Formats: sequence, C-alpha cells, structure tokens
Amino acid sequence: METTRLLTLAKQALLTFTVSLILFAPISGLVLEGFSFRNELTRAVLLAAVVAAGRVALSLVGMTAIGRKIASKVAGNGNGVTVMTGTEKSPVVILVLIFLAGLALPFFADKYFLGIAILALIYCLLGLGLNIVVGLAGLLDLGFVAFYAVGAYLLALGAQYLGLGFWSALIIAPFLAGLCGMILAFPVLKMHGDYLAIVTLGFGEIIRLVLNNWLEFTGGPNGASVPPPTLFGLEFTRTAKQGGVPLHDYFGIPYSADYKFWFIYLVLFLVVCLVVYAVERLRMMPLGRMWEALREDEIACRSLGVNHVFTKLTAFMLGASTGGLAGVFFAVHQGFVNPTSFTFFESALILAIVVLGGLGSTVGVIAAALVLTILPELLRDFAEYRVLVFGVLMVVMMIWKPRGLVRIQRPAFFPSSEPRDDTAPLSASPEVAR
Amino acid sequence: MNAPLLDVRNVTMRFGGIVANRDVSFSVARGSVTALIGPNGAGKTTMFNCITGFYRASEGQILLNGPAGPQDIGTLITRPVTGGSHLVTRAGIARTFQNIRLFKEMSVVENLLVAQHLVTANNLVSGVFRTPAFRRAEREAIDRAYHWLGEMNLTADANRLAGELPYGRQRRLEIARAMCTGPRLICLDEPAAGLNPAETHELSEVIQRLCKQHGQTVLVIEHDMGLVMRISDHVVVLDHGEVISDGTPAHVANDPAVIAAYLGVSEEEVEA
Repeated sequence: METTRLLTLAKQALLTFTVSLILFAPISGLVLEGFSFRNELTRAVLLAAVVAAGRVALSLVGMTAIGRKIASKVAGNGNGVTVMTGTEKSPVVILVLIFLAGLALPFFADKYFLGIAILALIYCLLGLGLNIVVGLAGLLDLGFVAFYAVGAYLLALGAQYLGLGFWSALIIAPFLAGLCGMILAFPVLKMHGDYLAIVTLGFGEIIRLVLNNWLEFTGGPNGASVPPPTLFGLEFTRTAKQGGVPLHDYFGIPYSADYKFWFIYLVLFLVVCLVVYAVERLRMMPLGRMWEALREDEIACRSLGVNHVFTKLTAFMLGASTGGLAGVFFAVHQGFVNPTSFTFFESALILAIVVLGGLGSTVGVIAAALVLTILPELLRDFAEYRVLVFGVLMVVMMIWKPRGLVRIQRPAFFPSSEPRDDTAPLSASPEVAR
Repeated sequence: MNAPLLDVRNVTMRFGGIVANRDVSFSVARGSVTALIGPNGAGKTTMFNCITGFYRASEGQILLNGPAGPQDIGTLITRPVTGGSHLVTRAGIARTFQNIRLFKEMSVVENLLVAQHLVTANNLVSGVFRTPAFRRAEREAIDRAYHWLGEMNLTADANRLAGELPYGRQRRLEIARAMCTGPRLICLDEPAAGLNPAETHELSEVIQRLCKQHGQTVLVIEHDMGLVMRISDHVVVLDHGEVISDGTPAHVANDPAVIAAYLGVSEEEVEA
C-alpha cells in the first residue's frame, strides 16, 4: 500500500518535472545575447524542480483528511444554481459596512490606488451592463464597448459642440446609449446566438472606425479632450475655467489635485450602488424573470405569450444604457478620449468579467471586475508575463469553476397567506423552510 | 354559447411539396376534453403547432370563439411588426410540449410567475421602487402560482429548481405553467409520454379535474389509448394528415378505418 503510493508520487513528480522542464527550458533556459544565446539551463532545471516539488506537496495534502475535505468543497458545486430556502439571514449589515467602507476609501487611499479603484468601478458598471445582456437575457454581445464609446464621446463632443457638462452628460448618456442599443438591436434580434455575436462584433468595430476616421467631427485618432467635472458650479481646477468658483477658494482650503478624483470616485461609487440595487431588483421583477426565461427557452417563452423581440430589446437597451454611463465616467476620469480605448480587447475583457463572475450573478460580476482590474496592477512587477499569468488564471478558473466565481442563488417565494412581513423578503415561516 | 370554442376549418399545411395536413376540419366544444390521435407521422403535432400559432396554416381557418367573437389564429401570427405566436397565447390558447420545455435553472414558482407576465406589474420604475401596486400584483401572482401548484400536487416542490424535479412532476409543472396564463383552451402535446402507469393515472385525474372543476377546455394529443378512452369526450383520428374518424371514444374505437390505420389491413381486405 505504502509502496504503491510512493510509486505513484514518484511517477507524478517525474512527469511534472519533465513537462515543466520542456516548458521552461526555451523560455528561461536560453537567454538571447545579440545574435547568439547564452545557456542558462540550470535556472530551468531549478524552476522545474520547484514545480515538481509543489505537485508532490499538493498530492500529499490531498491524501490527508483536511485536504480531501477542501477538495470536495471546491469541486462540490457542479450545478452552480441553488434556490434560497428563505431562511438566509439578510446581508444588510455586511452591505452597509461595504457601503461605508467604499465611501471612506478616498480618505485613506493614495492617488494611484484611487485611480485603480475608479477604473475597477467603471469595469463593475460595464460588467453589470453586459451581465444584463449576456448573463440574464442570454444574448451574446461582442461589441459592448460601442456603448461605452458612445457615453465617453457624448461627454467629449457634447462639451465641444453643445457645451454639455458632466452632469447633463451623465443624464443624457444612458438614453443615448440605449437608443443606439435599440437601433442596433431592432433588426438583428431575430437572430440567435452566434449570428447575433457576429453582428454586435461588427457594430462595435463600426463605431470605433467611425470615431477614428471622421476627423472633422471626432478628432479622429487625436481624440478629444473632456472638460473636468463641476459640482453645483464649483470647479476642481486651480483656477476657474468654466465660469464657476474653484472648490478650494469657496471653502477656503488649500488646493489639491486629488479633490477631482475624490469627487469622481464618490459619484461613481453612488452610481454603481444604484445600478447594483436596480439589477438585483430586476432579477426579482417580471421583466428580469422574462429575460432569464428567454435565456432558458425561447420557444417556451413564446408559448406563454412573452413577446420575445420586445423583451430582448429591453435587455439590450438597459445593458447599453449602463455601458453609456460607464463611458461618461471613463471620459471624465481620463480627461481625454480617443478611439484606441474602445477596441475589441475591451469588449473581450468585459465579457471575461461576466463569464468569470458567473453568468447572471451580480456579486460574481462585481468580484470579477475588481479582480480583473486590480490584478494587472498588482502584477506590474511581472510586466512581461502579465498577460500570461492572466491567461493561466482564466484557464484555471474555467476548469475548476466553469459556472463562475459565485454560485447563483434564486429567490424563494412564499404564498401571502402565511404570516410573514412583506418588507423583509428574506424572513420566512419555519414550516416552509425545508 | 353553443358555438364550439375552437373551430378548425379545412386546414391544409404544406412544407414545400410535403403535405402534412390535408383539409382537416374538426371542432372543440367548450368544457370538453378532445383528443387528437393517430399513428406516428399522422400530422398531429403539425396540427397542434398550427393551432397554437407556431406555424401558419397554408390554407383554411382556425377560429377561436372568444367573448369578442371569432378570432382567426392565422391573422394573429402574420400581423405586421407586433405579430407572432405570443399573441395566440394572449388570445387564450396555452400549450405544453412533447419534449418538456421548462425553464430548468429557475425555481418552480418562477416558472409559473413568468407565465403570468400579463397580470404582473412589468413597469421598470414600479419594480425598482417596489410601489404598493407592484407588490400587490406580485403577491396575487405568487398566490395564483401556489393555487395551481396545489392543484397539481406540487406545493412541496415550490422552491426547487424546475430542472431538479422528477420527470412526472415536470410534466405536471408544465401543465400548471400553461394554466397560469389563464387560457380558454389548453393544448397538451403527449402529456403521458415517458410516464409510468401510476403517474399516467395521476395525470388523467388532473386533466379530468381541470375539466370538471374549472370548466377548462382541453385538447390533447396522446398515444396512450387507455388514457384517451378514459378522459376524452370527443376523439379525432388523423392518418396521413387527414381526418379519418371523428366522434365519441366508443364510436372511434369501433370504426374500421381507425382499426385499419392502427393495425394495418389484411391482404384480402385490400383486394376486396
């Protein structure tokens, strides 16, 4: 018994060592020097040995009782969807704590970290928007970045031609992006799956190419500058440029460039909270249910009298609106937009956020957005291998948790005859909870 | 009120050169159970798809006699822009499917709530802010869902995923879901397919209860002759896309044309 175990361990170690040696030898074992290369194979052998040792350690842990428990826990959620029992505790306390922590963040974070946080929240917003389209309604949209661009360019060009400010753009952007979504979606929604994906991919590229080539209007590759935000006529610049009063003069405090980012962060944070609330409500609402039903089975939906075209259209428009909102924040944060920010890679990244988070799960999408924006920053030390690490993580995730980071929970419903308080939907009578 | 609820008049359905239904006429009386039977490939499901608005019949009319007078199913499907099979359901014809089509990753109650989308408050704003009207509509919808779950003996499974349920219960859930649309006519496509005898028996009770207690009109396609003979008031037999017999179960069971269609005929009879 013991010997066979040792034998399998040795086999595993040898196999791992060989495979990793084959991988590492060309990557780190041969160092280019001018036109020839230097032999550094000891490094590769060392790396392979480390990997093999890690494999053996993992196997040894897996043989213990604790290791087995962990393994079964990790692998145990094959289905990925559960229905709540109705007895879960309401997460209000945690949500309030997270909300307060989010509000307080700018007072502790430095400028660099705040910049990352703003970017992460923008991707949260994008992820939530695409989650409506892909996760809830099941429409594969590969050109989501187009709506992001619409929002960003609305602020940039609106300020240039119409004198729009940050706030007016923030209100107009969802409607304009939603309108664009409708214009795109109306002729193509009768298509299914892959065909829709191709059409949306084309749309995303069309928007980018128009922005790139319509020199007189959009500034082409040179981009367009975006005015800094204002708050009730108060400006965040050192001297007033938009006819208002600088914030620090008004309050009599010393000038700091950070105020602008604090302001953007706080507004963005509040908007994200509102969108999260709305999306969570949507899942409990008839409209959200119809989206999910459409994703599950379109024919059955039609047999129940659901107008599938209009229902898909609403999903597309609401998703696009959220993308437009994110675009406004992106523009005002960067202070400058140009078409290179809106390539297909962005669309793919947003889609990765949604898929990684678990299609349809709000918490998962937020977590994935934070991970996928903060991770590349943390990996700056491995700058050259960043994309590699990123890719490996994605592959590993998809193997271990193909249904995304967070298991989806469906709400439970109970008839009204039972004594329960309607304002607290998570409380339930004991005889129903099984 | 003597006009039949559903009147199928001279319907022909062609797919290219293939004629699936030729000149089919029959009617479904209010409050009755009508069975549509026939050998495999007789065109029963095609007929069903015409009635429920998934196909547009090539020729003929399918009339649903509602309170607002007769309505042609065909014109509902072909209405420009807004037309489609969903209008047929809204007119009052609900259906189930031969291979169960539930929303598998949604809970049982949610399946029934989706079916009630016409009576719930679909307004985005009212839902986000949980207005009293929205809450009342939701509560009523949930109660109606539980009512039908009770009728189908599914209350204990209310908060489970629909895909987790055993096959027989999925069948009943599909009927409950169709009933939640508040139909005037419910069309069941082979409801007993894949059920064991006990489940089939339970199903026949459910269908009879629908008919007797709720005055529901039922149109059913079925291969299980025992079930058909037990529950139906009126049987229509299709073979090769044509109606070969139409009448009470006893009449149909003794009709030589039906026996010939099911069992084939001996050589002497063909020559005769």
